[in-house]
Amino acid sequence: MLGKLDWSAIPFDQPIPLVAGAVVLIAILAVLIWVVVKGHLPYLWHEWITSVDHKRIGVMYILLASVMLLRGGSDAIMMRIQQAVAYQSQGYLPPEHYNQIFSAHGTIMIFFVAMPFVIGLMNLVVPLQLGVRDVAFPTLNSVGFWLTATGALLVNLSLVIGEFARTGWLAFPPLSGLSYSPGVGVDYYAWSLQISGVGTLVAGINLVTTVLKLRTKGMNYLRMPMFCWTTLASNLLIVAAFPILTATLAMLLLDRYLGFHFFTNEAGGNVMMFMNLIWAWGHPEVYILVLPAFGIFSEVVSTFSGKALFGYRSMVLATMAICVVSFMVWLHHFFTMGAGPDVNAIFGIASMIIAIPTGVKIYNWLFTMYGGRIRFATPMLWSVGFMVTFIIGGLTGVLLAVPPADFMLHNSMFLVAHFHNVIIGGVLFGAFAGFEYWFPKAFGFRLDERWGKAAFWFTFIGFFVTFMPLYIAGMLGMTRRMQHYDVAAWRPWMIVAAIGMAVLTIGVICQIVQLVVSIRNREVLRDRTGDPWDGRSLEWATASPPPVFNFAFNPDVRGEDAYWDMKVHARQQSFEHEGPEYQDIEMPRNSPTGFVCAFFATIMGFALIWHIWWMVILGGLGAFATFVVFAWRDHDEYVIPAEEVARIDRVNLEERRSLVSMAGAV
Amino acid sequence: MNLLDPQGPVAAANSTILVDSVFIMLVIVVPTIVAILAFAFWFRASNTKARYQPDFVYSGRVEMVVWSIPALTVILLGGVAWIGSHQLDPAAPVPGTGSPVRIQAVSLDWKWLFIYPDQRIATVNTLTVPAGAELNFQLTSSSVMNTFFIPQLGSMIYTMNGMVTRLNLRADNEGKLQGLSAHFSGDGFPDMMFDVNVISPLAFPDWVATTAKTDAVLNEDSYKKLMQQGIEKGRPAYRLEDPRLFDLIATQHIPPGPGPELTSDAGRPHSGGHDAR
Repeated sequence: MLGKLDWSAIPFDQPIPLVAGAVVLIAILAVLIWVVVKGHLPYLWHEWITSVDHKRIGVMYILLASVMLLRGGSDAIMMRIQQAVAYQSQGYLPPEHYNQIFSAHGTIMIFFVAMPFVIGLMNLVVPLQLGVRDVAFPTLNSVGFWLTATGALLVNLSLVIGEFARTGWLAFPPLSGLSYSPGVGVDYYAWSLQISGVGTLVAGINLVTTVLKLRTKGMNYLRMPMFCWTTLASNLLIVAAFPILTATLAMLLLDRYLGFHFFTNEAGGNVMMFMNLIWAWGHPEVYILVLPAFGIFSEVVSTFSGKALFGYRSMVLATMAICVVSFMVWLHHFFTMGAGPDVNAIFGIASMIIAIPTGVKIYNWLFTMYGGRIRFATPMLWSVGFMVTFIIGGLTGVLLAVPPADFMLHNSMFLVAHFHNVIIGGVLFGAFAGFEYWFPKAFGFRLDERWGKAAFWFTFIGFFVTFMPLYIAGMLGMTRRMQHYDVAAWRPWMIVAAIGMAVLTIGVICQIVQLVVSIRNREVLRDRTGDPWDGRSLEWATASPPPVFNFAFNPDVRGEDAYWDMKVHARQQSFEHEGPEYQDIEMPRNSPTGFVCAFFATIMGFALIWHIWWMVILGGLGAFATFVVFAWRDHDEYVIPAEEVARIDRVNLEERRSLVSMAGAV
Repeated sequence: MNLLDPQGPVAAANSTILVDSVFIMLVIVVPTIVAILAFAFWFRASNTKARYQPDFVYSGRVEMVVWSIPALTVILLGGVAWIGSHQLDPAAPVPGTGSPVRIQAVSLDWKWLFIYPDQRIATVNTLTVPAGAELNFQLTSSSVMNTFFIPQLGSMIYTMNGMVTRLNLRADNEGKLQGLSAHFSGDGFPDMMFDVNVISPLAFPDWVATTAKTDAVLNEDSYKKLMQQGIEKGRPAYRLEDPRLFDLIATQHIPPGPGPELTSDAGRPHSGGHDAR
């Protein structure tokens, strides 16, 4: 009846996951009870859960990423402590537990922190920057988000029911095959990623379509803000790469469930094929993450320097070059698998070539600052911090692309330090910069600057204290994923790294405090202008938070930095839209499709993991039925009457006019 | 295990390339970081002496320079990578004094088996080699993937079941080194460290002779016992019964090692999976 599921799946003998699980469960229950008792449930259901508004979905993506950041961060703290204490001893985590933790840490940080964070920011901002009312497929957008949430839920479920993969975040066979990993851990891993992978793919299709097909009047490709370009590049990569991941995991699952032999040792299986396939997705994946971050830095550096982005066309070219070349370098992840010197050298050089457009980007940000009038608000701090940090990560990355150097450093702590250097220093700093930068747009009030700066400095310093020692440990021959070790020379560096982790933790706490303090002081921090940073692109042309339709009129774009142009013109002449004629606006209706679909997907995923076949059928039918009901809907839009549009827009225009006249007076 | 303290020509060449590459890159990285900090500081809004040039948003010359700097660096480093990959191909010969020593390494769950087919001996978790001689490694795995790596001798290489990878190394100085597996392979992975004894070429035959006198015999049966999942704390040595043992492993005539023994129902595989064995 319940497949492989029985009471032995609950780890009663392991206090850490049980206590952690209980705490999370109590927290969730407390929130739920609070929501129901206070009567917020209808609000949540109508305004958020069923919302197809890209801004709301963006916010939910970021919320999911933030929660998962805490989970992944807890894993990181446990790992750093383990490696600090496990010298000539077993430490406090047995191997089967430690191995789950590093696997979960990697999986969560990439798929459920970095991905939702950048997709959330793209969702929130790109339609606004393009001057349009929503993404191309609003309901699909909601489905994509909820499927991602399903994946995250399943990963967390593995904490208390069964186990998570003990194979590392890419689950290399044959270790991840049925023979060597007979438990449900790998199944949790694979089904979570299959389900959330579908979510990511539809998000990618949606954003590509949005950028290609839904731009406002006059918004040519070469007038789009840089963030839209990097969004386009990143989502093209999603559309091209995620099917590879899905196919690869499907083959692994066929091996595990139906006795196929794609990646087994015997019967013609080939583990090297898995390596190739997973990295054919995995390498574009890192550019999927970092390209949007590059876009965020472009926006931030230009805004806070009070200048247009230096070498805009060069930046566009660099972005698209990275997009293309990133697909041709995957082999550098396994130079040591025995390929010949020609193959290694060609892929090594191809990998280095990516450093050229990346270097160009750094220099263009540098020259954007040159001659600027730089305001060091929190987003700008993150950006400068990023530039310094990322260059070091780039250096070690190019070093790892030199095959003879990689022969010594592959899979070492040096590698661990390198990819944290670029993912924390690049993606996470970018996500935080974007969070601080666009928060006022999403919620109508700024974040507290003092706590924001404290968060930056603790994170920045904590990062260096944590990861520079790992570079050194790698140079001392330490390999990754060691549950314990006997080499005395590694010990001091592991202790320093643990101290660094403590500093990083303070940084995260500052971030949380910043959010709490800002929400409490929101009236003081309120931004009525919609343009708190003296911004340059169209998202700042509408109110904060933007009305559901974003813009009362489709903005008319006449050049790069569209909103900056408008402000300049408005100062010279009277403000635009003098006594305009408002019209009715049609907006998509809210739909529970995404949530219901994800509900059934969760059931189906859980049932597949535990081999509960009747439940699989139930979940599958449910999800399909949801889709059919949605496909047969009669009314998919509602109309906002012109008077309502006019009322909302006039409030915004009033605020803005006073801002412009003030700026004109100065 | 310091990578910058190489004990053989391969490691020495690898680490030279490593250090050179870092210096080549530092030449542009350091000035760039300094420029970032300097520009950010000088052009701060509160600095009234800095000239505000909002229209400085394109310069053909600057673009030319910013594309050329990384491009030239990459051309230089690309040359290093091309030449280095060829000279330091793990399978390339590493000439040494005396006759080369053939060593067949098998990664087991979770220990290393080193077979000396010509000497008809085998050791576990300890590798004894003569200084100065070329070491020809053939590597395979009994079950999951691992990576054979002796940091101070240089290049690492994967071991995979049903396949043989090649690696040539040389140890120049007598002494004790350490090796490890550099690819995660399961619960006993951190215990896959092994000793590397580099002894004088004169002492090597003596060591072989002593080892060959051991009672323990390595054949298909004892190998199958050895490949069960577990950690080996001791340093057993064997007489090798059949010098073709490695080939039997690499060609899967001896089937791959079994996985974990199942203790709970939750872990028991349901359908499929069984047919292979």
